[in-house]
Amino acid sequence: MSAAAPRKLPGSLETNRALDRWLSINADGTVTVRPGKVEIGQGILTALVQIVAEELDVAPSRIRLVGAATTLSPDEGITSGSRSIQESGIALRFAAAEAREILLQRAAVKLGVSVEQLTVSDGTVVSRAGGSVSYWDLTGENLLGREATAEAPPKMAADYVLIGRALQRIDLPAKVMGAPVYVHDLALPGMVHARVVRPPGAGMQLTGGEFAEVESMPGVVAVVRDGSFLAVVAAREEEAIRASRRLARVAQWHGGGALPASDPRYLLECETEDEVISEKGEGAAPPQSQTLSAEYSRPHIAHASLGPSCAVAEFKDGRYTIWTHSQGIFPLRRDLATALGIAEDVIEIAHMEGAGCYGHNGADDVACDAVLIARAVPGRPVRVQWMREDEFGWEPYGSPMVVRMQGALDGQGRIASWTHELWSHGHSTRPGGKGGVNLLGAWHLAKPVAAARPGNPPLPGGGSHRNAIPLYDFPRQRVVNHLARSAPLRTSAMRSLGAHANVFAIESFMDELALAAGADPVEFRLRHLKDERARAVVEKAASLAGWRAKEQGDGERGRGIGFARYKNLGCYVAVVVEVSVAETVRVNRAWCAVDVGQVINSDGVVNQLEGGIVQTVSWTLKERVAYDRNTVTSRNWIDYPILTFEEVPAIEVALIDRPELPPLGAGEGAQGPVAGAIGNAIYNAMKVRLRDMPFTRERLIAALV
Amino acid sequence: MSLVINVNGSKREVVADAETPLLYVLRNDLDLKGARYGCGIGVCGACMVIVDGKAVQSCDVPVSAVAGKSITTIEGIGTSERPHPLQRAFIAEQAAQCGYCVSGIIMSAKALLDARPQPSDAEIREALAQNLCRCGTHTRILKAIRVAADGGAK
Repeated sequence: MSAAAPRKLPGSLETNRALDRWLSINADGTVTVRPGKVEIGQGILTALVQIVAEELDVAPSRIRLVGAATTLSPDEGITSGSRSIQESGIALRFAAAEAREILLQRAAVKLGVSVEQLTVSDGTVVSRAGGSVSYWDLTGENLLGREATAEAPPKMAADYVLIGRALQRIDLPAKVMGAPVYVHDLALPGMVHARVVRPPGAGMQLTGGEFAEVESMPGVVAVVRDGSFLAVVAAREEEAIRASRRLARVAQWHGGGALPASDPRYLLECETEDEVISEKGEGAAPPQSQTLSAEYSRPHIAHASLGPSCAVAEFKDGRYTIWTHSQGIFPLRRDLATALGIAEDVIEIAHMEGAGCYGHNGADDVACDAVLIARAVPGRPVRVQWMREDEFGWEPYGSPMVVRMQGALDGQGRIASWTHELWSHGHSTRPGGKGGVNLLGAWHLAKPVAAARPGNPPLPGGGSHRNAIPLYDFPRQRVVNHLARSAPLRTSAMRSLGAHANVFAIESFMDELALAAGADPVEFRLRHLKDERARAVVEKAASLAGWRAKEQGDGERGRGIGFARYKNLGCYVAVVVEVSVAETVRVNRAWCAVDVGQVINSDGVVNQLEGGIVQTVSWTLKERVAYDRNTVTSRNWIDYPILTFEEVPAIEVALIDRPELPPLGAGEGAQGPVAGAIGNAIYNAMKVRLRDMPFTRERLIAALV
Repeated sequence: MSLVINVNGSKREVVADAETPLLYVLRNDLDLKGARYGCGIGVCGACMVIVDGKAVQSCDVPVSAVAGKSITTIEGIGTSERPHPLQRAFIAEQAAQCGYCVSGIIMSAKALLDARPQPSDAEIREALAQNLCRCGTHTRILKAIRVAADGGAK
């Protein structure tokens, strides 16, 4: 007879059931918390401190967070997809509630009263009958040495003291002092510096070169070559850089020249896997007064982290130790073990912070580089930092996309039918994929390890098709995903995945249809929205902005709105933007309403939305990774300009707090709505419709003539 | 070669090639990690320091060019116990996300405020023309500098 399947536990407790893996209560008056999710600049650790402090009834200053490490943290997969609050936060909430219950039971025995007679204040348990004892006295070996049950009920929203408050970020004081907090700053005894020399173009192989002249350069410890993987190690960082430049000049390569035209419409010629992901048709097709169609696109976009990726690795006595800013240390370890043909348990990985990543950047690849180089110089820690040119040239980009829309209006100004067809590469080639590894260096080895099959996260969250299914209520709709799995330039997860382009297309097309229907864009959206939370953010953003029905731009200034519920199951965001169009498009202001369910840290949510808005203004107005037949030609900030301090809009964010509802992530809610709102505002200002991002001066001129 | 440079008010001797960018001397020889590598060509501001009162991108300046000059890094302007008014304002306004750009931005802002204690908003933006932020924390950063200029965070 088989045992009954264990009950499903909330969040990441489901896959990490040992209570003491998550937290410990220490005799010295502190609480150690070990989340498997990592800080990537989004402020998640502060929110997790709030959650644990709330459930345990201790001051946040008592919490000691331990960064994720394969030796001691729960395996929470990858920190991505705005899921950390849902996964790690919920797990820690239940784990802390359970720890509190265990402590209270101990206290009840010690004080000779029932649990109901106890209250807790900053870790001190007080009995109504008199007497008290602290967590720090109650704790001991094996306090939490058991499997989590998640049966201790967390607090009710009405009892919250900390949740929802704008607790200051725990990591910011060290950062504004310039303290060594990033993996980039790690300095170990005997550490050497390395740089990798990548092929001059995609798909090129190393044939040879006068490497001896590089080996004799000052400070050079070794030139490391394995197949087409080429790197140099030196005592000093600037020596490694100088040597890597010489190495790049003497190395000989062949192949390449296979990149497509630098226009996302090459996707339409690719071999695709086609899937109808939504099809709905109620009753006979009504008489249609007008039919519209339009095509939208976005180019390859770079994560463009401000700090190029960096890692430190050491190979000693048959074991590897790695310090990395990877978003997923456990999947990285699995891929590294496969790439090196070794067991996972000889690899230890510790997370340290890096610059903001906004998705899958070079973090995992540079960790692999560091390991491959460390293997060649055993016993010496090797620090590898990608140069700016490496990061732009070799990071996995946000996929280009093309979206074709078709819609028809009925005689009453409502949308009678809606078709959304999209073309895209996959949106995940993170480590942990199937059928190979996702580590750049491993593909270039003499015995190359195959690349995993490019992934595309499935619905309901979706990858290329994220947010392709409209949240609006249409009687007839059809949504088709054309997935071009094989990509000439590697693509992977970038903040919001397909939602940026899909929502841009949906929200632009909603305005095109509203115009055809003679309707106000805000009212037209509400006409097609039943979801009350969706209606509430649209109405809130409009009222924040002082939206006037059918308001018109003046030939230079204009305003537009965009809305989406992220992944159709995450946060709701509506944004109104004001643009002014002269030689270039400028976003002057943005008014944003957001519903993330229960707010954990109000300022954290606002900060994420503000950042999301600014970054999306940058993507939408300015950003495009350029390439020729051989290689990516956007290699630094001059070739790939981003929004500057001179250009940022003023932003107002309003939170609709719903403390009774589950908390949702906030990091990726703004991307789609902002892109749509900008296109709509430009139309409102100038009566020209821009459908191809980015909305550069050249595109604007082309549309105006 | 051996060089003497004046960093945060003390004379430091370093042994490095004359052409070594100041950034690597600060980070690797003097263990001052607050200036950060971002681009290597002086366009992103992550490595900003102050040399004789001017904001300078340390990735783009050979160490030999700053011998005898007065160099200030983020570590020289305040500590956790005694933060500089700009550092206090950045914390009060929660003006960072990943924080990688923030020490360079504070140094640009300090050079501005030292020269013009009451700058206009336009002058603040102009002073940050050489600084990039990728997280999109710009509006908070501008506000923090304004707060610091106006007498500081409570």
